[in-house]
Amino acid sequence: MSISVNHISKHFGSFSALDNISLDIPEGELVALLGPSGCGKTTLLRIIAGLEQADQGDVFLKGDKVTDKPVKNRQIGFVFQHYALFRHMTVFENVAFGLRVKPRSERPGEAIIHKKVHDLLGLVQLDWLHDRYPDQLSGGQRQRIALARALAVEPSVLLLDEPFGALDAGVRKDLRQWLRNLHHDLNVTSIFVTHDQEEAMEVASQVVVLNHGRIEQQGAPGDIYDHPANAFVSRFIGQTNVFNLEEHDSDWLQAAGLPTAQHYGKIAHVRPHDIVIEKSRADSDAFVTLKDWQHLGALIRIELVKNGSAASVYAEMPNDQFRRLHLNKGDKVDLRIRHAHWFH
Amino acid sequence: MPQSNIMPGFRPAIGFTLFYLALIVLIPLSAMLLKTLQLSLNEYWAILTNERVQASFRLSFGAALIAAAAAAIFGFIIAWSLVRYSFPGKRLFDALIDLPFALPTAVAGIVLAAIYEPRGWIGKLVMDSLGIQIAYKPLGIVFALIFIGLPFVVRTIEPVLQELDTAMEEAAASLGATRRQTFVKVILPNILPATITGFALAFARGIGEYGSVIFIAGNMPYISEIVPLLIITKLEQYDYAGATAIGLTMLILSFVLLLLINGLQWWVRRRSGQL
Repeated sequence: MSISVNHISKHFGSFSALDNISLDIPEGELVALLGPSGCGKTTLLRIIAGLEQADQGDVFLKGDKVTDKPVKNRQIGFVFQHYALFRHMTVFENVAFGLRVKPRSERPGEAIIHKKVHDLLGLVQLDWLHDRYPDQLSGGQRQRIALARALAVEPSVLLLDEPFGALDAGVRKDLRQWLRNLHHDLNVTSIFVTHDQEEAMEVASQVVVLNHGRIEQQGAPGDIYDHPANAFVSRFIGQTNVFNLEEHDSDWLQAAGLPTAQHYGKIAHVRPHDIVIEKSRADSDAFVTLKDWQHLGALIRIELVKNGSAASVYAEMPNDQFRRLHLNKGDKVDLRIRHAHWFH
Repeated sequence: MPQSNIMPGFRPAIGFTLFYLALIVLIPLSAMLLKTLQLSLNEYWAILTNERVQASFRLSFGAALIAAAAAAIFGFIIAWSLVRYSFPGKRLFDALIDLPFALPTAVAGIVLAAIYEPRGWIGKLVMDSLGIQIAYKPLGIVFALIFIGLPFVVRTIEPVLQELDTAMEEAAASLGATRRQTFVKVILPNILPATITGFALAFARGIGEYGSVIFIAGNMPYISEIVPLLIITKLEQYDYAGATAIGLTMLILSFVLLLLINGLQWWVRRRSGQL
């Protein structure tokens, strides 16, 4: 295990930020700590880094207990949400900082520092900015410099706090891909914090879902999506329609072709793409009306209304398939639910 | 005429600025210059090279420089404590910092003299233990000027320190820097320009300070007589030309020194990428 946390708890006053968290992260993984804001994910990251002290529990890095080690001795690379670049230093000096503050006996010579910094700047594709100051860079450039700076000390683990949080949507998309590739090349065990489930699914090899200071589920992105452990995870990862049998959705679900039974559970979550719709035949007693739809690129998001109810149900289908149905607003449609996740 | 500037009121604003500058600054200063011009160059030179005048110049500028440097260091520490730590009575302490701004300087001078004189509370202590007399010596002047200059430094550093991103310090620590390295390489370069500004303000104030100094200085010619006092003395002797000659010289010297400090400020900012 590259990173291990054992029974970590942390309180801020009476607020419990982390409640007995245990987590093992194998070597070489790229892990997302995912959760809504205030769930404790950043606190956990800061405790692993040593920027925050846990009230209880231990942190292990590469098998060494580091609970009482100060951050500077933990050999971690930390990338801050707002980059925290040294604004009085050039890009070059920012990246060189970690090398220049080494004890004299370990400090590399100027020529080696020079080569190493330029190599790192080349790695993040920003060598041409080496003599600029952070204020002169764009957000995406600052983020990459912050990453190069963290990598300069050859950390055993890389920790990133909301690395794409402060960036434009377009830049964010590029950087996600780039981070994934970089991780693939460097293979340093990395954890990043995010509240964006799409980002976690796209970038991470393992996702840890946190809520109210507890781990709700941990697993590969596909597993979490296909087999959510509970209703929170199911709702948080991806879109979902929620049906509650206690609110008389049972008949409706059966009419849509989904068998219901007491032992399945009380609450059914249905992904939009697990709802199939067809144009209703004249003789059918269709019970759903098409209210509206939105283009999401390759997919169409369809808003449906149950007859005699104000609640909407959302379905998704490929663009071309939808076009072939020739549907208009207000049309009656037939609907079939292929699959649901049941929770008690 | 097409509107070329988004901000309205350029003309009235610049007009007011020039009018104000003329009325409050330029006209009095040129009056002083005119008065000095009544003297011939030789007379002017004679006044300036007078031993007593030279001694007072050395004292005024020397004491102001030392006091401003001390105030810069103490002020930095105080601003740091006020911003970074919380302790009981912090708000009260924070309010006390401004007191030298509000207190009539003569009151401050009398109080300082009473405390630091050889029989005063602290003066006696220092006299007995170290054998150093503070009041009625140049050292007393430095003490008074530190007192007067301190709030300038604290109030210029405080906002900059508040805005300093603590994540920068965390970043330094995560990169393996010791606390000392973090302070020297990260915090200090960011605070230095503000500290120099505070130093310059304290220095400028110290050169011209009169009220608080004369009570503690002892005012002995050649030893503890400051330039502003010398000017008053000349005025009392109806030597207006002599007084303005000294005044003008002081003005020029102060102006040159402040220019130098501004230049230093500019250089530091430029070096630290803040320009």
